Amino acid sequence: MLPLISFRAIAPGMALAATACLLLLLDLLPTRGRKDHLAVVGLAGVVLSMILSLGLWGSDERAFNGMVRLDGFALFFNLVIGFATGLVLLLSIDYLRRQGMESGEFYILVLFSAVGMTLMAGAGDLIVIFLGLEVMSLSLYVLAGWFEGRLEAGEASMKYFLLGAFASGFFLYGIALIFGATGSTNLDRIAVAVAGGAARDPLLIIGFGLLVAGFGFKISSVPFHMWTADVYQGAPTSVTALIATGSKAAAFAALLRVLLSALRTVQPDWAVLFWGLAVLSMTAGNVVALAQQNIKRMLAYSSIAHAGYILVGVVAGGALGGGGVLFYLLVYTFTTAGAFGVILLLERDGREAVAVSDLAGLATRHPVLALTFSVFLLSLVGIPPTAGFVGKFYLFGAAVRTGYVWLAVIGVVNSAIAAYYYLRLIVFMYMREPEGSPTVLVPSLPAGLALAVALWGVVQLGVLPAPFLDLAQAAVIPLLR
Amino acid sequence: MVPESHYVALSAVLFVIGVVGVLIRRNPLVIFMSIELMLNAANLALVAFGQRHGTAQGQALVFFVMCVAAAEVAVGLAIIVSIFRMRRRLSVDELSLMRW
Repeated sequence: MLPLISFRAIAPGMALAATACLLLLLDLLPTRGRKDHLAVVGLAGVVLSMILSLGLWGSDERAFNGMVRLDGFALFFNLVIGFATGLVLLLSIDYLRRQGMESGEFYILVLFSAVGMTLMAGAGDLIVIFLGLEVMSLSLYVLAGWFEGRLEAGEASMKYFLLGAFASGFFLYGIALIFGATGSTNLDRIAVAVAGGAARDPLLIIGFGLLVAGFGFKISSVPFHMWTADVYQGAPTSVTALIATGSKAAAFAALLRVLLSALRTVQPDWAVLFWGLAVLSMTAGNVVALAQQNIKRMLAYSSIAHAGYILVGVVAGGALGGGGVLFYLLVYTFTTAGAFGVILLLERDGREAVAVSDLAGLATRHPVLALTFSVFLLSLVGIPPTAGFVGKFYLFGAAVRTGYVWLAVIGVVNSAIAAYYYLRLIVFMYMREPEGSPTVLVPSLPAGLALAVALWGVVQLGVLPAPFLDLAQAAVIPLLR
Repeated sequence: MVPESHYVALSAVLFVIGVVGVLIRRNPLVIFMSIELMLNAANLALVAFGQRHGTAQGQALVFFVMCVAAAEVAVGLAIIVSIFRMRRRLSVDELSLMRW
């Protein structure tokens, strides 16, 4: 018998997949090399997917024999992924043309990776998480090496691919062992088996450890972070933004669902593990970021540190911690996409301006852009009234309320260390004089629109966070039943 | 009849060989082959555990993994070939343009 097919449950992802297939056809039309229309159609698909997610709001059902879940959690992440993908599409249009690498496949791959992300967010089965992860990653491996012929791009792509495939090997073997211990890959049935005593089965423990290694790679948590800086540096800046926002959000979605719905009964056991990962990621990420001279690399280490902050919320668990994680991922998407968006608009001597010193004197020549970048950086530091402050406040607040006071203290100390390297960029923009030829802003209307949306997100979530926090906390509830 | 635990043990051995291969080999192609070995170790484990639990689910999962592995080969070889075109040599030791 064929399982019941519920198109409702996968509608947001289907909208993205259908748009990607439509783009495959549209790409064949002769248009003298211009591919803007593909990005516009892709954007329409992303908006449609987000509207569908909003329309399905409030549903809580299982489809495809429990393989896929349609609940507030999946829908919330669909919106985060939608924002990330939409911003990346907007940022890419003029950027690709400027780099002489405009091609329809770029937008198609971005959309297919978004399909994988939504699949991960709505997965109710380990194997669906694995498939979503691969759909997402395989597209990203190619996108990371998009600037073909540049050595750095090839190196980024190769490192990302080899290490990513290595990590998915661990992930898959973990799934196999968990299947051996519990007799199922379905999260609900794993939960039943774990509550029924399978928790002490060494197979399950080893399997879970391997699974965490796979997840750790995707969220770039120390000690699985080795690829992060090189890939962020070598990939096209708009792809870096997608890797930093969308793929990270999707991986956290799947991790949180596994932890909270399948392994909730053994939370004290895994909380210890993630306590360690959080502290390592925060500290190592921030300390290494201090020494970076390349902005993309610095943001890569900053993203490792942010994975640590988000893991603080994972450790806290429950509606408080989980809600904090969801809210922070939304904040982080706007902030990071915005920060990378600013960088990709800058050029010096005809090449991308990615060195910290390239920012010198930016404030006098492009005051609006400098101010925008400053807002994103302040949000990454976590200074009120930006969204980053509210996000961190709730993450660390959840840790304190669940008794992880030391973890919160380490987090706050780390935020203080991090302030140094973010504020250094602001100092360069406002207080240093440029040496040699000045850095120029390459105007781009779509990218400006993306920056405006990201700026809106950062300010909105910072000034009026309450409705979004309520949404985030409500989204975690279905996992805790 | 060979007991199911033997298959699990074999899959564990294959998996470890794969991991060690990734860590010590320098040619991206061989590293990639080692990764494929890891995936196939997982396949063997899935089938063996499916046998233990008396379900066909383990075997069904193997099909998904095979599809993913095939897609991975397509993308992976493309990346390796494009690097080879640029460098004319193939060793992960040379991928050191970016460090720290």
